[in-house]
Amino acid sequence: MVNLLAKIQCFMRMQFTVVIALLLYGCNYSEEISSNNKSIVYCSEGVPESFNPQTVTSGVTIDVTSNQLYNRLITYDKDESIIIPALAKSWHVTEDGKKVTFYLRQDVHFHQTKDFTPSRKLNVDDVIFSFQRILDVNHPYYISAGGKFPFFQSVEFGDLIDHVEKINDYTVRFNLKRADSTILANLASDFAVILSKEYADNLAANNLHNNLDMNPVGTGPFKLMSYRPSAYIKYVPHENYWGEKSTLAQLIFDITPSSYTRLTKLLAKECDVISYPIAHEKINDRPDLELEGKTSFNVGYLGFNTQKPPLDNKNVRKAIAHAINKQAILETVYFSQADDASTILPKPSWAHDSSIQPPEYSIEKAKALLAEAGLSNGFKMDLWAMPVQRPYNPDARTMAKLIQSNLAKVNIDVNIVRDYEWSKFLSLIAEGQHQSVLLGWSADHPDPDNFFTPLLSCTSILTGSNRTFWCNETFDSLLAQALLTADIKERKVIYKKALQILADEMPLMPIAHSKRYQARKKIVKGEILNAFGGIDFSNVSKD
Amino acid sequence: MLIFSLRRLSLFLFTIVLLTILSFSLSFLFPGDQLINLSGQVNATEEQLALLSESYRQGDSIISQYFAYLSHIMNADMGVSMSSQFPVWDEVIIHLPPTIELTFVALVMAMAVGIPLGFVAAIHHRTKIDNAVLTLSMLGYSIPVFWLGLLVILVFSIELGWFPSSGQISLLFEVEPVTGLLLIDILLSDSAFKWEAFQNALAHIILPACVVALAPATIFIRLARTSMMQVLDSHYITAASAKGLSLRQIIYRHGIRNAMVNVIRDVGLQFANLVTLAMVTEMIFSWPGIGRWLIESIYQRDYTAIQGGLLVLSSYIFIVHILTDFIYAWLNPMARGKKYGT
Repeated sequence: MVNLLAKIQCFMRMQFTVVIALLLYGCNYSEEISSNNKSIVYCSEGVPESFNPQTVTSGVTIDVTSNQLYNRLITYDKDESIIIPALAKSWHVTEDGKKVTFYLRQDVHFHQTKDFTPSRKLNVDDVIFSFQRILDVNHPYYISAGGKFPFFQSVEFGDLIDHVEKINDYTVRFNLKRADSTILANLASDFAVILSKEYADNLAANNLHNNLDMNPVGTGPFKLMSYRPSAYIKYVPHENYWGEKSTLAQLIFDITPSSYTRLTKLLAKECDVISYPIAHEKINDRPDLELEGKTSFNVGYLGFNTQKPPLDNKNVRKAIAHAINKQAILETVYFSQADDASTILPKPSWAHDSSIQPPEYSIEKAKALLAEAGLSNGFKMDLWAMPVQRPYNPDARTMAKLIQSNLAKVNIDVNIVRDYEWSKFLSLIAEGQHQSVLLGWSADHPDPDNFFTPLLSCTSILTGSNRTFWCNETFDSLLAQALLTADIKERKVIYKKALQILADEMPLMPIAHSKRYQARKKIVKGEILNAFGGIDFSNVSKD
Repeated sequence: MLIFSLRRLSLFLFTIVLLTILSFSLSFLFPGDQLINLSGQVNATEEQLALLSESYRQGDSIISQYFAYLSHIMNADMGVSMSSQFPVWDEVIIHLPPTIELTFVALVMAMAVGIPLGFVAAIHHRTKIDNAVLTLSMLGYSIPVFWLGLLVILVFSIELGWFPSSGQISLLFEVEPVTGLLLIDILLSDSAFKWEAFQNALAHIILPACVVALAPATIFIRLARTSMMQVLDSHYITAASAKGLSLRQIIYRHGIRNAMVNVIRDVGLQFANLVTLAMVTEMIFSWPGIGRWLIESIYQRDYTAIQGGLLVLSSYIFIVHILTDFIYAWLNPMARGKKYGT
């Protein structure tokens, strides 16, 4: 019996040893990989619709593709204020602003993949092909994309470009129908990528047009190695990249839609970087992790219908702005993860004017302004709160309630309207049914015109994006004037005047510019987040 | 043994036929068009639909339609997934091996821990050791698997950082699929990082396999305990004892072997339970197996995938069941004479 017990004890000891050995394996595993491997695992939130940013606007797709696989002719610098060369080493805009000429780099290689071996380097044919597919409705690759180029269609690119002209192998000219200073911003946006004409021709010969967007070939710092839908995307550095080559061995997108799973994977060291993290305090508590946020190019605002009394009176609008405690909104609705908006332009924009301050929270001032407008007894007002979550306004209903209680102090009786679903809500707002509304705007590129024109110009009343129905001729002529010149200094001066008009007229009250967050291991170095558009791994390294 | 084998095989075939009938009838029971439920072609053009209708013999009797369906299944054609539009068979081929691996490792773990513990409890019948083992098994059996899964992730992945919390292997490793079973494929590969990859895959499987193994292990404890107690109570043990064999000799020579025979018989029965636990565990650990794929298909109302997945998963359980029957018969000659399959 004693002997048997001894045997059993021995057996148990063996099992225990095996378990301990396995545990030690476990202890080792993550350090092994991180020390031997210069790869980044980015846990992303969704599945890309395509591998070509020309054909989509979804943020997930732009994140995966634009800065990783492709290059544009021009791009933005790190501060995202100045346009700098990319595939074009320089460019020139004629004085009348109608001709934009790009001089291309001569040493740019396309990706070599298992399906395609490029026989030549980048030249003007590739640039013309990339834009011709968007402009020419009879182009086979226009048809293969179903004619859907949402960004280019939203900026009316087809109406602006007369034709794209080849001057020589490395010089290409965009001939415009009219001057438009946003052309450079549009060409520097994440959507204006350059594709390989040679690859497209090869595919066309085999009738495989769809592969152009799904099996990507670009000039970017990474190329696609493998993709398993809903599971992962693996990139490797482009060995012949024209710019600074990435030091990473691999860049892996681990597709993890659940935000809880992403957090778990980060804490368990399986992801190096995760998108849209939750539980910020938990991440901040860990010494090996860091949380970073970047103000996005968006604005959440309270818009007044300036056609409806008493909001047609600018003093009433200003009174409301003074009566709202914005700090409380930022804390309650945005959990202090947004910037206080003083104007419609976020801080990273080059036209941002820090001299303009947001209206101070003061019940006295509000009352005085209301008395001036002859409304010291107050009035009733409808406030429409959007029924959906958006980055610029994560909870419009709570925000509406806060505003309601704020305005009650100055005898304004707010009726919150929230009975409509989103598309009905938008169409009723576009008709001008509302008195005031909580809405917002996310920009496609950092050019300030992308905030001014759609939100507040007279013409955008007709297209439905100006929900304030405010039309000011001086303001509109300033916007038109700004589009005619490509000189940023000159445009800054013009936009400063425009912002002052807005501060004085207050057709809408800017509330917040929300931030985009990301969490990463501290050993991951380099800038990943952009203020607008997709993320960028080209300068990321691992210690 | 021949009769035994034939009986088992006929039982196997009959059950598979029943399963295909069930799977075929699901295409009528699910909402929507029956042909689209069978083929998964949600965006088919008129011509494609006409072709499909012909290949599934839509105009004929139900029996003829069933045989058309059966011939599609025989040709490994289970239609395409309604959500991803990839062939269901290809998805099954990708997702079944990880489940086989997980359930197999869990089964081995459950047996390796449960059976010896059960024997120990039986030998120390009605002592503190017996009580301790029984309490442990009761406790293990009562813990809900999803809660246990989250708990071990919290403790071993997040707090201690010993094991990864999800997936089958770190995405950094590239393993060429040969058999589909990852651990074997790694050993077959000639990568320089072979051992690192193996170690990594092992670290990934330990937590989910332990979670899956816990409940079956507690059942094995009870089975092994009862079985060993029966054996120790039998006349031949009394005879052996009277011959003067020590307890150790009795246990090693007669006890374990004879008790094992009864335990093996129930392994097949436990397997269905184990696969159910594995499905929940796969969800928690993002294990890329067929259980998780099936649950996601149910969420997405992907009827083709549900039919294919159910068919394959139940066939898998049944095959294991039959295999354990054979092992039992091989170990226990008396069972071979039994006429009816269990």
